[in-house]
Amino acid sequence: MRLPANTASAAMAVLLPWCVPVLILATWQFASNQGWLSTRILPEPLAVLRAAWTLAASGELWKHTQVSALRALSGLVVGGGLGLLAGLLTGLFRPLEILLDSTLQMVRNIPPLALIPLVILWFGIEEGAKLFLVASGVFFPIYINTYHGIRSVDAGLIEMACSYGLRGWPLYRDVILPGALPSILVGLRYALGLMWVILIVAETISAQSGIGYMTMNAREFLQTDVMLVGILLYALLGKLADLAAKGLERRWLRWHPSYQAP
Amino acid sequence: MNARLKLIGIETAAQSPIAGAAVAIVGIRKRFGTRQVLRGLTLEITAGSFVAVVGRSGCGKSTLLRLISGLEVADAGLIEVQASGKPAPQTRVMFQDARLLPWKSVFNNVALGLKPSARERARMMLAEVGLADRATDWPAQLSGGQRQRVALARALAQQPDLLLLDEPLGALDALTRIEMHALIERLWHTHGFTALLVTHDVTEAIALADRVIVIEDGTIALDIAVHLPRPRKRDVTFSALEQSILTQILNPNSQALA
Ligand SMILES: Nc1ncnc2c1ncn2[C@@H]1O[C@H](COP(=O)(O)OP(=O)(O)O)[C@@H](O)[C@H]1O
Ligand SMILES: [Mg+2]
Repeated sequence: MRLPANTASAAMAVLLPWCVPVLILATWQFASNQGWLSTRILPEPLAVLRAAWTLAASGELWKHTQVSALRALSGLVVGGGLGLLAGLLTGLFRPLEILLDSTLQMVRNIPPLALIPLVILWFGIEEGAKLFLVASGVFFPIYINTYHGIRSVDAGLIEMACSYGLRGWPLYRDVILPGALPSILVGLRYALGLMWVILIVAETISAQSGIGYMTMNAREFLQTDVMLVGILLYALLGKLADLAAKGLERRWLRWHPSYQAP
Repeated sequence: MNARLKLIGIETAAQSPIAGAAVAIVGIRKRFGTRQVLRGLTLEITAGSFVAVVGRSGCGKSTLLRLISGLEVADAGLIEVQASGKPAPQTRVMFQDARLLPWKSVFNNVALGLKPSARERARMMLAEVGLADRATDWPAQLSGGQRQRVALARALAQQPDLLLLDEPLGALDALTRIEMHALIERLWHTHGFTALLVTHDVTEAIALADRVIVIEDGTIALDIAVHLPRPRKRDVTFSALEQSILTQILNPNSQALA
């Protein structure tokens, strides 16, 4: 009988990856129950769940998540939009490349987080500071990958399209932009990762709301369970952003051999 | 030429928008850096004929094709493509790599550059190369031979008067090549375009062309008319012709000495 064997191995493939996480959680819970782990170091998993429930019920969780997500998204839109624009311009127009690219490559070497002291001086600790940090962080991955994507579009395809009478906008729409898209999406995924890292640091340093504020506030009261909820929330949001980027790839790169159903 | 017109039949010839262009090339020269690739090459091609260009790798076959197609500009000389009753004859190129846009479906690749009103023609051409059922597939899902057939359909959907083929079968296996020979020959018959085929395969040149041209040292070293009946069998005459052309390519000075 082949079918049951196949179903069994399929079930194994689904279940097996969860073994280790479940084992870790069980060990953790057991250690907490036995008193081996102080709640000052790490709360028991059930306490984290309870804290999450309480925070969700009071609406606090939702409020902080919303604030953080909004910060992340607005930084992404501003920085990513500018990066995309700059990448398109330098990729498509030679004079602009000569004018801008070497400058941007130099500025790229400055880690965005190194700017924090200056940014605090410029914007104080208000929203502007966080927006600026996130935007400047996501700008470069998107800029560089857009620029490279456009530059590395197969010259043979462009030549073919020209000889088939494509000029101007149709050439960009049908050949150059789709050719650059895989690279642009790589930049987007990288930018999304960076976006959360920068936001976490910025919110941890100073904020009156947001997940980082919630976590730092909990630290003052030694609420390790709330701190853990905050950390897990960041992880969840990061995962969601990554899934969204993957979804875009799946949708926009359907033609790509690596996205075709076997 | 006349014989072929009869073969096509008056109907097809009358309704075909393809005129079959005549090509006149006079004394073209082209150099890349210090390398003089073409040195005053002169060539006339009759409208509707099938001409093959052979020669060693790097002798300038592709360069000649790119000059005719306008992808490259000659340093000196004259190139004229003329089709009777057409002010601007259409020239299309088929490359060795099919150069399909991977992000467009097979059908949209064939319809590339066509006006919306002419998209039906893309469907017809796709059927003519036997790939109507693959219209919605991505190019990545096709085999090498199928990709070249799509590229051929794309070129013909543009109704070219002159079709330039730059080693289009170079990367295909022997069986697929033979299939493609028959297909190209059939399409040439039905549509009546002028075909200029660059190839490194002398057998392929004789199997398909009315005339085989050998390029050497930047000029034409040999220009042989092929009078074998179509479809061509690999018989004694075929082999003799093949041998004499190969000898010319392999021993460049034999004729000069003879
Ligand atoms: N764009 C180019 N720049 C520099 N050299 C070139 C270029 N195109 C072709 N060549 C040179 O011209 C010669 C002829 O090339 P080509 O026409 O491609 O030969 P083939 O007969 O193999 O098709 C080769 O030596 C090649 O290196
Ligand atoms: Mg070549």
